[in-house]
Amino acid sequence: MRRLADIAAPLALLLALCGLWEAACRGLDVAPYFLPPPSAVLAAVVDRAPVLLLSAWNTLKMALLGLFFASAVAMVIALVASLHHLLEKAVRPIAVAVQVTPVVALAPLVSIWAGLDHPERAVIGLSAVVAFFPILSGALAGLKATDRDLERLFRLYAASPLQTLFRLRLPSAAPHIVEGHRVGAGLAVIGAVVAELAAGSGATQGLAWRILEASNRLRTAEMLAGVVVLMALGLVVHGAMGLVESRVLRRWRGAR
Amino acid sequence: MIAALRDVVVEYAGRGRALGPFSLAVQPGEIVAVVGPSGCGKSTALRLLAGLEQPGAGEVERQVGRGGTALVFQSPTLMPWAEAAANVALPLELAGRPVGERRERVAHALRRVGLSDAARAFPAELSGGMAMRVSLARALVTEPRLLLLDEPFAALDGLTRRRLVEDVHRLWAQTRPAIVFVTHDVDEAVYLASRVVVMTAGPGRAAREVAIEAPLPRPPGFRAGAAFRNAVEEISEALDKAAGAPV
Repeated sequence: MRRLADIAAPLALLLALCGLWEAACRGLDVAPYFLPPPSAVLAAVVDRAPVLLLSAWNTLKMALLGLFFASAVAMVIALVASLHHLLEKAVRPIAVAVQVTPVVALAPLVSIWAGLDHPERAVIGLSAVVAFFPILSGALAGLKATDRDLERLFRLYAASPLQTLFRLRLPSAAPHIVEGHRVGAGLAVIGAVVAELAAGSGATQGLAWRILEASNRLRTAEMLAGVVVLMALGLVVHGAMGLVESRVLRRWRGAR
Repeated sequence: MIAALRDVVVEYAGRGRALGPFSLAVQPGEIVAVVGPSGCGKSTALRLLAGLEQPGAGEVERQVGRGGTALVFQSPTLMPWAEAAANVALPLELAGRPVGERRERVAHALRRVGLSDAARAFPAELSGGMAMRVSLARALVTEPRLLLLDEPFAALDGLTRRRLVEDVHRLWAQTRPAIVFVTHDVDEAVYLASRVVVMTAGPGRAAREVAIEAPLPRPPGFRAGAAFRNAVEEISEALDKAAGAPV
């Protein structure tokens, strides 16, 4: 019953807001190029569904590849940095610098490095840059969060460094690592979209390009349709990562 | 003698002296309780006996290898991602024992602590007392000659504590390891040990040693007897003096 209410409440609010929006557009006679009513946006979503879905898949693919590379690099760096506190101190400022630099500022550079004929590589690279920090940060925090008494126990039983890493430190860090990936996945999608917009090239065939294309033709309903699909994509990624988190960490929480 | 600390001193950078000079000799098969005020270095002494720390001064002598030593902490210290049986198997797994042997010895250790049915349970599914029993089973699975218990029952309720103290005696009687038991609880120390060492406030030194003259495991009604009450009284007075409190 409570679960039903949890779903019904936001849906009801969404419907109410759409109703208001529809009424305002009709009542105030708003020009469709300025703000189309939600019924027009819905019609555009239905009408353009095959293209939008394919574009969403392209964006998702690039974001997931970005997440994969970010994960691989961040995990290796975190493991190396966790070997000594000075290594971590050396890595952190650079990682923070990458994090605080707006991805839009990096986009032209990365586009050149990736090759101007391969905008999808630039999108993947930029999406990886955005997803990198939370994964690194989570892994570093997790690798330091090992229970000290368990560490003592491993030393007492003369565990090798590899046994300590794989049997203790990585499993101990798992909740932090998974959380880092959950945040990273959401950012990877945002990074991919921003990078697509910054690249401004149709070659990526992603959702951002569809929005840009519609904007160039002043088709506002189609632009909003792209945004709606983008929102849905974000929610799907968020939900999927939440599911992965609860499945992977169910043992840590004592559930089966 | 199975392990001994001789005039050991431990100092930590920025925190000064944590322990000593402190001496303690542990004989094979005996149960020694160490009581003392918080922060007197009891746990540090245990880590020295386990070979996990080195003293700044003094000597640690160990007649038992690391494989022959087991340590139980204040909290069960189980790996939350591993089932009870996998937690118990840890020392054998780290030592590279064959799977068949591991399985057999884990089943035996869990049987000894009365938890055969909980082998597949994850730590979060266990009560505090059960988790501590799993921790005891993990310590016992290597059949240690020296068992170090660092306030293992401090976080449990009174009834569970009493049961676990009885368990320690029962388990001790089976293989007779030497046990060093650190506790705040004077009643528990007197009930459990054949010898109680009282430490001064930090940095801890040995203030007093009291022998408890009664067979182990304790006969029924021991807690109600004069020997128990007198020992508790004597140790409590020594503790008050050691902590600098008015007697």
